[in-house]
Amino acid sequence: MKSTLDHAALAEEFNKDEERVDWHDGSLWWIRQKRDRAANQTPQWEELREAASAIKSNVISNLHDYLIQFEENLKKNGVKVYWASDAEEHNQIVYSILKEKEITQMVKSKSMLTEECHLNEYLEDRGIEVINSDLGEYIQQIDNEPPSHIVLPCIHKRKEEIGELFHEHLGTEKGLSDPTLLTRVARKHLNNVFLTRRAALTGVNFAVAETGEYVVCTNEGNADMGAHLSEVQIASMGLEKIIPERKHLGVFLRLLARSAIGQPITIYSSHYKKPRIGQEMHLILVDKGRSDLLARPDFRDSLKCIKCGACMNTCPVYRKSGGLSYHNTISGPIGAILAPNLDMKQHADLPFASTLCGSCTNVCPVKIPIHDQLYKWRQEIVKLGYSANRKTFSMKAMALTLSSPEIYKTAGKTGRWLLNNAPFAINNKFNPWYKQRDMPDSTQESFGEWYAKNGSKK
Amino acid sequence: MKIGLFIPCYVNQLYPKAAIATLELLQKLGAEVSYPSKQTCCGQPMANSGYEHLTQSCNDLFVENFSGFDYIVAPSASCVLHVKDHLHSHTDEAAATDIRGRIYELVEFLTDVLKIEKLDAHFPHKVGVHQSCHGLRGLHLAQMSELVSQDFSKPKKLLGMVSGLELTELDRVDECCGFGGLFCIAEEAVSVKMGKDRITDHTKNGAEYITSPDLSCLMHMEGIMHRNKSKVKIIHIAEILNSSSIKA
Repeated sequence: MKSTLDHAALAEEFNKDEERVDWHDGSLWWIRQKRDRAANQTPQWEELREAASAIKSNVISNLHDYLIQFEENLKKNGVKVYWASDAEEHNQIVYSILKEKEITQMVKSKSMLTEECHLNEYLEDRGIEVINSDLGEYIQQIDNEPPSHIVLPCIHKRKEEIGELFHEHLGTEKGLSDPTLLTRVARKHLNNVFLTRRAALTGVNFAVAETGEYVVCTNEGNADMGAHLSEVQIASMGLEKIIPERKHLGVFLRLLARSAIGQPITIYSSHYKKPRIGQEMHLILVDKGRSDLLARPDFRDSLKCIKCGACMNTCPVYRKSGGLSYHNTISGPIGAILAPNLDMKQHADLPFASTLCGSCTNVCPVKIPIHDQLYKWRQEIVKLGYSANRKTFSMKAMALTLSSPEIYKTAGKTGRWLLNNAPFAINNKFNPWYKQRDMPDSTQESFGEWYAKNGSKK
Repeated sequence: MKIGLFIPCYVNQLYPKAAIATLELLQKLGAEVSYPSKQTCCGQPMANSGYEHLTQSCNDLFVENFSGFDYIVAPSASCVLHVKDHLHSHTDEAAATDIRGRIYELVEFLTDVLKIEKLDAHFPHKVGVHQSCHGLRGLHLAQMSELVSQDFSKPKKLLGMVSGLELTELDRVDECCGFGGLFCIAEEAVSVKMGKDRITDHTKNGAEYITSPDLSCLMHMEGIMHRNKSKVKIIHIAEILNSSSIKA
């Protein structure tokens, strides 16, 4: 979905239905609470976060070596390895693998990377049908809408709306909205997909350099269903998904599902290493801006992200504006620090869609200083000229006023005089503050003026 | 002990009562306080909007006004955090560094430097505490709900010393109010919704007053409550801690 509206405008639209905002906010807050309970029940939770962050620091600092090691081990295991610098290259590689085998239908488990690459559209344009097998992504695909959340792709949809979609596209009876019954219908459709698809693509949660295996975490087992029944198995991964050794999974698997949804571990944490007899395995290592990010010291820590979505669930702005308002595959606080690296102009609004409250940083299982990065992206965006001229003008005026005690005193006096004598000059529809808020009661004198008269008596 | 009183720009202009309460409270506790009259602002409104490069003259003015004090104290967690994190000088970095280490928000100054254990204050009302995010996650004035750690709260410790005061609880103990500096203008819809939800949490838990170490959050919530004709009032924590036991 290409949108020309920015986050603030899309969020304003979302907020027109307050009851819906409350429902959305409540659903995600419930998940945040589950995460808190899981964290509190885990011994040494904060030490685990520290360990995960340190392991990922090591990975980022030695990425080249680990990638080469991973590639060597993949090859030893009989997996075919590809390197893609961008979305186009990635999509071409997938297409060429399928074309060689004359495959025209593929099943795909959840992969934000392929969403970012718009793989489905690319393949569909070339006559290859792709079906998303993660239930949330399946629903989003039926509705022709991108995911609004990286872990919970259709969290913004109510069960009645999903029932309506199923009625329209899958022929269920009108008004059916029971989640269990709807899931059964989807499962029936998907089972047929799993049985008939010759190719399956999965994402990668963790790629173990030491062994050349990769781990895919799902709750639905859909990645496994696809992979086990396919003759061609493809995995797409961003360069940053590497972990050095298998033992490090003991840290990351404990953190991932707890941070994501307050669950001790995902139902399936499947290790893929070697192709079965008669099966082919392909793995595509995708850069797509990762190495640019690595070259930005202030921002490279965002490569530590394990895509748990905890920052989204805790973010009050995300909860009250919805993932689609971020007009980017990865939404929420983490999306707002990853997106400007890819296209600063198009995503110049996202680092400003935050109050810098810092809750995201505190829940992050790999301790990315998300809110500090939001602050730093704001500085970059302004310096490179992606800020409105109007804003720059008012900021310069503010800086001038605040750097001169005399102008500041006059401006303060003028402001207070206006509030007292001509409140309409401030309280009007051109002032966004005033739309739903009043100004504070005006005071006759500032503290500075009071102090000049009374300070010495104290 | 010489204290330089830093009264942030909007407190100076719009909430002089909170500034007077801060001054009186510090004096009551035996501190020698003075207010450098040429102070303006910490520069945060520009910096948080991405214009940190325009804040140098604000910074220079701050260093000029606040050098030479034993401590600098301000009734605003957000502004203090900004100074601690971002005050630098091209001409006298040593002085800027010195100030960054000497500046305190009022609550932490009372609990950590003056180490007060009792207060002669009376405020017979039900009060809800709004943890400002910068005070909480920046200055660590209380335990943060996201972290697995020991519970503590410096503002609640002080409010516990006020006779007659009853603290009210919250369903979401430390969620942001949505002020966020220029966020409140640029993202008006989300900002107001966040503020409304915080207010509802306080009112349904029975608060008569909402207090905080940060007036910016309170100003935002006051604006919404005033528009909606709410009976709940805002009050800066300094005004409660300075409330006389005789008057009540």
